Amino acid sequence: MNKMTLNLGPQHPSTHGVLRLILELDGERAISCEPDIGYLHRGMEKIAESRSYIQYLPMVDRVDYLCGFFYSYAFCNAVEHLNHIEVPKYANYIRVMMMELNRIASHLLWLGTYLLDLGAISPMFYTFRERESILDYFEKITGQRMMYNYFVFGGVRHNILYFEDVLNIVNNILFKINEYENLITDNPIFLSRTRNIGVISKSKALDWGLTGPNLRASGILNDYRMNMEIYDDIEYDIILGNDGDCYSRYIVRIYEMRESVCIIKQCIDWLKSNNTFSEPVKISLNEFQKGEIYSFVEAPRGLTLCYLNSVGESTPYRLKWRTGSFYSTQILRDILRGVSLPDIMAIYGSLDVVLPEVDR
Amino acid sequence: MNFLLCKFVEVLNSFNVSEYIALILFSVLPFFIIISFLVVTVIFLVLFERKLLGYFTQRKGPNRVGLWGILQTTADAIKLLCKENIELLSSDKFLFTLSPIVAFTAIIILWCIIPYNSEFNMINSSVGVLIYLVASSFPMLFHFLAGYSSNNKYSIIGSYRALALTVSYSVPVIFTLLSVIYITESMNLNQMVLFQTSRWVVFSNILGFIIFYISSIAKLNRCPFDLSEAESELVCGYHTEYSGMRFAMFFLGEYAELFVMCMLISILFFGGYLPPFGIYLSNIFMGNCPVSHYLLYFEQTFWLILKTLIIIFSIIWIRATLPRFTQKTALELFWKYLTPLSIVNLIIIILVRI
Repeated sequence: MNKMTLNLGPQHPSTHGVLRLILELDGERAISCEPDIGYLHRGMEKIAESRSYIQYLPMVDRVDYLCGFFYSYAFCNAVEHLNHIEVPKYANYIRVMMMELNRIASHLLWLGTYLLDLGAISPMFYTFRERESILDYFEKITGQRMMYNYFVFGGVRHNILYFEDVLNIVNNILFKINEYENLITDNPIFLSRTRNIGVISKSKALDWGLTGPNLRASGILNDYRMNMEIYDDIEYDIILGNDGDCYSRYIVRIYEMRESVCIIKQCIDWLKSNNTFSEPVKISLNEFQKGEIYSFVEAPRGLTLCYLNSVGESTPYRLKWRTGSFYSTQILRDILRGVSLPDIMAIYGSLDVVLPEVDR
Repeated sequence: MNFLLCKFVEVLNSFNVSEYIALILFSVLPFFIIISFLVVTVIFLVLFERKLLGYFTQRKGPNRVGLWGILQTTADAIKLLCKENIELLSSDKFLFTLSPIVAFTAIIILWCIIPYNSEFNMINSSVGVLIYLVASSFPMLFHFLAGYSSNNKYSIIGSYRALALTVSYSVPVIFTLLSVIYITESMNLNQMVLFQTSRWVVFSNILGFIIFYISSIAKLNRCPFDLSEAESELVCGYHTEYSGMRFAMFFLGEYAELFVMCMLISILFFGGYLPPFGIYLSNIFMGNCPVSHYLLYFEQTFWLILKTLIIIFSIIWIRATLPRFTQKTALELFWKYLTPLSIVNLIIIILVRI
């Protein structure tokens, strides 16, 4: 058998960053696949050990530049729990609203780039247009489009206004999601590219530690929002897929965006009726509690854990991130075996891997 | 041709040019006309596509160079001309250089067999369709050789994809052409057009048109059949290693082929240069004018190009809408559906005629 070794990446149009897949190809079929990561390693965890908590806070958004709010939340939450800082309910609702907006933005970007991987060019521009409206809103509130630095220990940096803007944005997005579905969901070529491609069975998904939409697409009820206090008063559905193939991962993300819109509307209703913003408490840099703590958040790419170990100094003793994409990259070795080259792109794209998050 | 020839010799004689030189010029001049027409068309076709794709995707398209960006593609072409040619040490130099040249030249032959109006037809052969079949198979073959000679893994994959696709779309194309030939009772493209004076072929051969249209998209290597240069999988497919003018030849060749294929579709199925309502506008409005004879030719070319642009618009629309087939599904489409359908279509058309 004539084998060809193909280094797919790190510079390749559809690895979405700097992933290198070492493929052994027989014709177009991959005999084996070895994902190689580490091209975007910035030492986020080690840097934390030499910076004070306040200094590290702006860097947290950079762990995953597509959904910075979730990482801010995980870090803030860890610090708050360690130091027993009470977060006002109003600030929590703002956090939920911003995170869900960010989830929509992240899923929109995934949708566009995924269709680009499959060879359709237009959806990318359409989804970026809607994502732009969300980013514009973020810019209005936080001053930044991607690296927000908006959540602080004990709340959020300042009050948000412009609720009508958010309503307009999410209503527009709800309308546009229907348009995307008209264009994409029933397209026979799209179906032939995604149905029964890259099937991840329930047991395999659990074995490899998948979380988030990828796990739910395999039909496993697992959403860490259920365990988060700040989502307690909010009603939403958890979307489950049936088959665990690329198509169900697509469906799960599409419906999750709709659920996020639903959550955002509930948040706005609450925020409008209880407009009681208070400035976050100032915490002293030198009075950190000892101890270790895990905080978690359901990010668009799965469970994000922030492990924080403090020995009472002004800097963390150890900080560890657990990110969803890392586990999605691991599973590639298993599910890409025996798959042809176009399907590799379809499967890899459907897992929604963001490389900075993998390497940190 | 005789009428034009006499006029041409007459005009040149009035400038004291001898008859022999005039005769030679008369046979060479159309080449220059066609090549300059080709280059100008291709450059503006690229702009047309970029603008359209821009509007399809909620952008403005190129709008900086020149008025409304009309010089953008001209600037691009000049840039490509000036760029350095890079080639790998391990590539097959001869084939690497030859492939883009032959691929482009074959397309010029395609441009020459097209009847642009009832008089201007460079190669007015009685087997025009056969010339088309031969010349149009060259580009894909040399895409394969380009990928093979550039010694790049992505190019190799792209080139054997191109070869597999060529084999599969050729069969329905030939069967559909046979059905059109059977209807028009001629293989001369000019006579095929004239046959459609009363009724376009598309009305009696709608299935054939659909099959030919889909196969042409595959032949043109365009979305959803752009397997051999699938950007998200193979970087650039067979022309990954090409740069500068050699790349430009593939690029321009692709668009020249797009235009000529769409002209061919309009000739085979939509009456080519014939006006859509059976009456020439120049006869209505300028019937008494002394130059109405020449205006008629321009009008015929205008109708041909208008029909062509409408077909190109639909192909660009498809590009903006659809994702890409995989190799497997594309081959399935051609072998399982289009090939049997085209044979059935041919049989039906023969039975109807009998």
